[in-house]
Amino acid sequence: MAEITTLAEAVGELIHDGDVVAMEGFTHLIPFAAGHEVIRQRRRDLTLCRLTPDLIYDQLIGAGCARKLIFSWGGNPGVGSLHRFRDAVENGSPRSLEIEEHSHAGMAARYAAGAAGLPLGVLRAYAGTDLPAQTKSISTITCPFTGEELAAVAALRPNVTVIHAQQADRKGNVALWGITGVQKEAVLAAGAVIITVEEVVDELVPRGPNQVVLPSFVVTAVAPVPQGCHPSYAMGYSSRDNRFYLEWDGISGDRQVFDEWLRRFVYGTSDHVEYMELVHKTRAGMGGYD
Amino acid sequence: MTRTVSATETPSYSSDEMMTVTAGRQLRDGAVCFVGIGLPSEAANLARLTHAPNLVLIYESGTIGTTPRVLPLSIGDGELAETAVSVVGVPEVFSYWLQGGRIDVGFLSAAQIDKYANLNSTVIGPYGRPRVRLPGAGGAPEIASAAGEVLVMLRHQRRTFVERVDFLTSVGFGRNGGSWSRSASAGPAAVITNLGVLRPDPDTNELMLSSIHPGVEVSKVLEETGWTLKVADELAVTEPPTDLELWTLRDLQRRTREAHQSWKPASV
Repeated sequence: MAEITTLAEAVGELIHDGDVVAMEGFTHLIPFAAGHEVIRQRRRDLTLCRLTPDLIYDQLIGAGCARKLIFSWGGNPGVGSLHRFRDAVENGSPRSLEIEEHSHAGMAARYAAGAAGLPLGVLRAYAGTDLPAQTKSISTITCPFTGEELAAVAALRPNVTVIHAQQADRKGNVALWGITGVQKEAVLAAGAVIITVEEVVDELVPRGPNQVVLPSFVVTAVAPVPQGCHPSYAMGYSSRDNRFYLEWDGISGDRQVFDEWLRRFVYGTSDHVEYMELVHKTRAGMGGYD
Repeated sequence: MTRTVSATETPSYSSDEMMTVTAGRQLRDGAVCFVGIGLPSEAANLARLTHAPNLVLIYESGTIGTTPRVLPLSIGDGELAETAVSVVGVPEVFSYWLQGGRIDVGFLSAAQIDKYANLNSTVIGPYGRPRVRLPGAGGAPEIASAAGEVLVMLRHQRRTFVERVDFLTSVGFGRNGGSWSRSASAGPAAVITNLGVLRPDPDTNELMLSSIHPGVEVSKVLEETGWTLKVADELAVTEPPTDLELWTLRDLQRRTREAHQSWKPASV
């Protein structure tokens, strides 16, 4: 049964230095508040898994929390580069970053295999590309029925998966809807699960397309964190802060500007409520990011 | 497709607009299209708003049959989910929908392309010590191999059109031009740029200049291509954008700019 707790307690208890951690959410419902809390608690040597590292891992990598990244697309969607990620790969700053690189289809198959308790996922992928030569968790397998050679990818089982969802009920059952990415698979593949939610409600009632309900018994901790996915969004609660994504290019593009952003917005705030207050203040013209 | 335009005529549209309009025209009404973000997304939505109202757009975020009113900044904007016929998870969109053979056209862009339409979106320079670390594969390798055919759209520059891609992220016709003999996909059908349209030679699969945009000199295309580009015997001149196409594209871009700048906090 999931425990309803605070984000700081959940991160403190469940995420340890050296863990393999997946913070999933495909553009929608990205658990930014949890990422900030991991930075605040100064976790180190994490192996971070995520299809689209996005700004959340740019922040964690820039803050020096990650030793390794397992991913399939590391850009700022619609904007350009993740500069902290590039700085780590190209220049080893703030530390070198090992990478394990897949396609989205491969990463999805890895989580699905992890969730299904299989050692590998099978798909038609990677043939003719340069990816298998660089990535040890990509191989091939021959179909025993047709003889076709298919791609095999190693199952991915994070120590901890962290996601953001719209709602939980008081028993810790969790509902998310809209674009749900690989969250169900990443949750069911993990050893422990932290879920931040927009709100805790008495009863989960279907609210939008593609609703996924994760029963309390597969969730370790639920923490209410309204707008815990800013600058991404929660369908039915908030819209994507595209302006932040555009501004991130300037913030992350310069190490010093990034450090200053980190100091003010993450280390300088004690929790997500304070972080959002600061976001609102800077938007109201009371001192921007840069 | 043929029209003569003198090189001195000043067009009332940009070369990027010419590219987007031309790319959009490649999509037939009713086709099921798996769309990459950026240039392809703009062209596919222009097609949907002009000649192809029944074009089915699928984005890798799992939004199927989506009809966004403004262009999404990311592949997972709320606009895509709110206007979709169906929304599914990412494992499903890649397994049942793409790998399952439901996609007629895959629509991609890249940082580098070679003469066999192989694409690089991973690194410039050696993999272990890249000069530029690019975002990576995303959905592209499987879109390139599982869609019925593939359209590629990118700006024509010598550093982009290279003899050999630094990293082969997504297979066009393979390093030697022959990889599709064993595949259900027809592979790349056209590469649309801001200078013209390249199509594979049916005998060798090597990309050839098949159409040139009005006012563009062939010498300019050759100059911006990093290999010795062959030119089709009957080189066409692309039909310029119609007023309706231009108006629709500019209106879409204007609405999009406004939407992307207008975020307001959910509550204060």
